[in-house]
Amino acid sequence: MNGIPMELGLLLSAVLFVLGLIGVMVRRNLIMILMSLEVMLNATGLAFIVAGSRWGQADGQIMFLLILTLAAAEVGVGLGLALQIFHRFHTLDADSVNEMQG
Amino acid sequence: MALILFYITSAVAIFATVMMITRLNAVHGLLYLILSLLAVGVIFFLLGAHFAAVLEVIIYAGAIMILFVFVIMMLNQGQKTINQELAWLQPGIWIGPSLLALVLFAEMVVVIVLGGNAETGQIVNSKQVGVTLYGPYLLAVELASMLLLAGLVGAYHLGKPMLKATSPGRKS
Repeated sequence: MNGIPMELGLLLSAVLFVLGLIGVMVRRNLIMILMSLEVMLNATGLAFIVAGSRWGQADGQIMFLLILTLAAAEVGVGLGLALQIFHRFHTLDADSVNEMQG
Repeated sequence: MALILFYITSAVAIFATVMMITRLNAVHGLLYLILSLLAVGVIFFLLGAHFAAVLEVIIYAGAIMILFVFVIMMLNQGQKTINQELAWLQPGIWIGPSLLALVLFAEMVVVIVLGGNAETGQIVNSKQVGVTLYGPYLLAVELASMLLLAGLVGAYHLGKPMLKATSPGRKS
């Protein structure tokens, strides 16, 4: 007995992922980029939970746990990098860090 | 019943995310991001993943967002910050997130009144998760611990030379 169709859950997950992707591509503030990355990771976690709920297996929640650890580590390192960039360039604009001319 | 709650919560999540990526001020975006994460936590509950819902609220909306708040506060200093604080106390800014949070709270009240489960999906309880986590997924747990250790060392290393680089600058 599942009250929520799997397609709706996956659709919500896709919409949230695309919104996060738009945020990453459009915004140039480093903090906002990291926050949009959080939304994307969260959307993938939602997809795993929906699949795990559909088949009644615990694997979906375990994948969500692993994504959670990944997000925690990513935020720690990413915010450290943002602090470094702010103290060296005195701005949080992602376009200002183009000294490598890549 | 669960389907109606799912529709309302999805609308809250999508609206909060859209508002998040369109805010100019990072703190305003952060408020909406917390709302989005809480809404996804409610959806986890509606899908029967209670353990994941609790983790979403405690770790995502709690611990990780606290990190963001710390960094945003560290990067604002001086008179500009005081003006910002004054601007943040205006009611127009927190009224939107508060209304969305009220919607989620009303859903929680509805679920409690209906007897605590609201015909959710297949419930995968935390015992099943724990047994599977420390059974077939033991190696993944070890890898996650290594990843967290690497993140800890990386964050420490990235935070440390900042003090060396800025302390002579402040004296001169």
